[in-house]
Amino acid sequence: MMSETHYIHGAEFLKKLTKGLAEPAGPKSLEVTAERSSKHNRGITAQIPYFEEWRQAANDAKRYAIANLDKLLVEFERNLTARGVTVLWAQDAEEANRHVLEIARQHEVKSVVKSKSMLSEEMELNHVLSAAGIKPVETDLGEYIVQLAEQRPVHIVTPALHMSAADVGRLFAEKLGEPFTEEHEKLTDVARRHLRDEYLRAEMGISGCNFGVADTGTIVVVENEGNAGLSTATPPVHVAIMGIEKILPKIDYLPTFLNLLGRSGTGQKLTTYTHLINGPVPGKKLYVIILDNGRSNILKDPAARAALFCMRCGACLNACPVYRRTGGWAYGWVYPGPIGAIITPHLVGMEQAGKLPFASSLCGACGEVCPAKIDIPHQLVHLRHRAVNEPSPMNSWTERLTWRLFSWFMRGRKRYLLTMWAVRMGVRMSKFLPWHPGKLGAWTRGRALPKVPGPDFRHWWRKNGSRMKPK
Amino acid sequence: MVKRTTFAPRQDDPPYKKGEPVALFIPCYIDQFYPAIAQATAELLTRNGVPVVYPEDQTCCGQPAFNSGYWEEAKGVVHHFCDVFEKHRWIVCPSGSCTAMCRIFFGHVDPADRIVGVGRRVFELTEFLHDILGVTDTGATFPHKVTMHSGCHGRRELGLFEAPMTLLRSVRGLTYCELPNIEECCGFGGTFSVKMPGISLAMGRTKVENIVRSEAEVVVSNDISCMMHVGGILRRDKATEHIRTMHIAEVLTAGT
Repeated sequence: MMSETHYIHGAEFLKKLTKGLAEPAGPKSLEVTAERSSKHNRGITAQIPYFEEWRQAANDAKRYAIANLDKLLVEFERNLTARGVTVLWAQDAEEANRHVLEIARQHEVKSVVKSKSMLSEEMELNHVLSAAGIKPVETDLGEYIVQLAEQRPVHIVTPALHMSAADVGRLFAEKLGEPFTEEHEKLTDVARRHLRDEYLRAEMGISGCNFGVADTGTIVVVENEGNAGLSTATPPVHVAIMGIEKILPKIDYLPTFLNLLGRSGTGQKLTTYTHLINGPVPGKKLYVIILDNGRSNILKDPAARAALFCMRCGACLNACPVYRRTGGWAYGWVYPGPIGAIITPHLVGMEQAGKLPFASSLCGACGEVCPAKIDIPHQLVHLRHRAVNEPSPMNSWTERLTWRLFSWFMRGRKRYLLTMWAVRMGVRMSKFLPWHPGKLGAWTRGRALPKVPGPDFRHWWRKNGSRMKPK
Repeated sequence: MVKRTTFAPRQDDPPYKKGEPVALFIPCYIDQFYPAIAQATAELLTRNGVPVVYPEDQTCCGQPAFNSGYWEEAKGVVHHFCDVFEKHRWIVCPSGSCTAMCRIFFGHVDPADRIVGVGRRVFELTEFLHDILGVTDTGATFPHKVTMHSGCHGRRELGLFEAPMTLLRSVRGLTYCELPNIEECCGFGGTFSVKMPGISLAMGRTKVENIVRSEAEVVVSNDISCMMHVGGILRRDKATEHIRTMHIAEVLTAGT
């Protein structure tokens, strides 16, 4: 499962590598690791007797925040500006990139240290910086590994989930010229040594923003490795990029979200570091870029609005039996798994991402673990409905015709019996066919067809129905 | 834009009164491919003092079209369903998935009161027996090693787990084998099984591995559609073809 980095605008589906999201493509290790962390995290959350209340509280707070986004974002901006922070707004990734490059130009930036940010993946920021002659260095260990390997993250919390320690050892040997090792401590030592210099050299640090608190004007960044603290505080300029949906109305709500995020994401009670940034360090500069990049499309669709409650914990990815088998790249863009399936179609358009909502057995494991209580499985069927009615890869007149016929045949007793007679005949005859076409072939590829029994239940009922009275 | 509504089942509904008739909703694939399950369902209800009727005009709940995104097409089928079942106060169905379609998703297709009202009156068989009638033992005997797969729609949309489990464990002679990762989806997912067959099969094979690990001879489910898929995989392999799949209604009427 090797891939070159794909710098693209919008979704590019890595069809060859991932077989168009229809076949298992991830390595077994990803399946095993994701499943293990899902189990572990569920065990952790199960220890909290009031976890359900927390989830509901988060859902309520986010519902309020998203409904009042216009007021809260302005309040957030006002509070930050009052403390000397420069707040910039961006409609799309291009505009946000222009802001970053302009800031970099003003401060004569040659190299940038970045802490983990999925939003910067949306912006293709590393590519944009490199193209402008600025060296971007990812400082989150997983992101650092993925960047060295010139790949894309397979997971939103654990980007190098698909790699073993030996894979990382080989990568460090090849790219950094370090002696091969697969000991975890030694590998982190190597990364730490190489990254230390970068922090000191960089003129600019870029971070994401886990929560933007409106009433205090606080940027909250959570992390485990200390790299975000170094990236945001060491260089003379800090740029925080934030999606419009990250807003929290009040700082009072923050503890609930921190409790949920750590436990749902990595099974920790709290992340190792929680940074609350209220303004620039004296003598340094702080910029906040607030980016829409398609999120207002989600606002426009009332049935989908809850997708903006997401705090990017990755619990739905780990819980998803489809994600575990396809891996993250199969989803073609920045966000994989169930959350990707419900937000990517809004962010990059149904024409490119219309297939994603179909990559689910609708088992509902994602909705069960979501700390913000997003109704992911219901959103999946809602988006399927949209995908077949809008220009998308799933909009097909042949399938429409099939379901039209289904609909007509299922609206009367005689029509129904005729259909069922045909289905029974089809199943009986199929064993004489040398090969099975289309959907029948898809079924019999690894499954036997059910055996066709004698008369149907209706026949039995006509004979025995009168007997069905309580004694 | 279709109004989205989710319905808490039967919060303010009146309780079941003795002697009230129950209409059977037998999903199409059970009617045609597993009539014995429908018979067992009718018998289970009758034995517990419930008069059973079977409206013969019934067809399908529309779930395949709905899950594929074709809500307009599903709507016609849902309307037909409601025409057929409108006059019935209690509707019982031996499938968690079809019950979830009626109770949870009818309102997504058409939020009209009449449609939602009929959908809310549909109950899954073990749910009706255990939660509504208060049955905890059906008096069945089934001396086999059994494990249970609870369908995801039933468990996550309807909260069905305790009811089938309690009823199953009450069966005489039955040895219950713990199924590792019981909460995992089997990979059937309706049209998902043929739209993304590779992933569906990979999930099914993991389920089969866990069934083998449980050492059960029989896998029981309250959703036979899952078992159509899992059973299909079991029967394709010499090493597993001896493991039978059954619906819980068949086990709950066994040996009586």
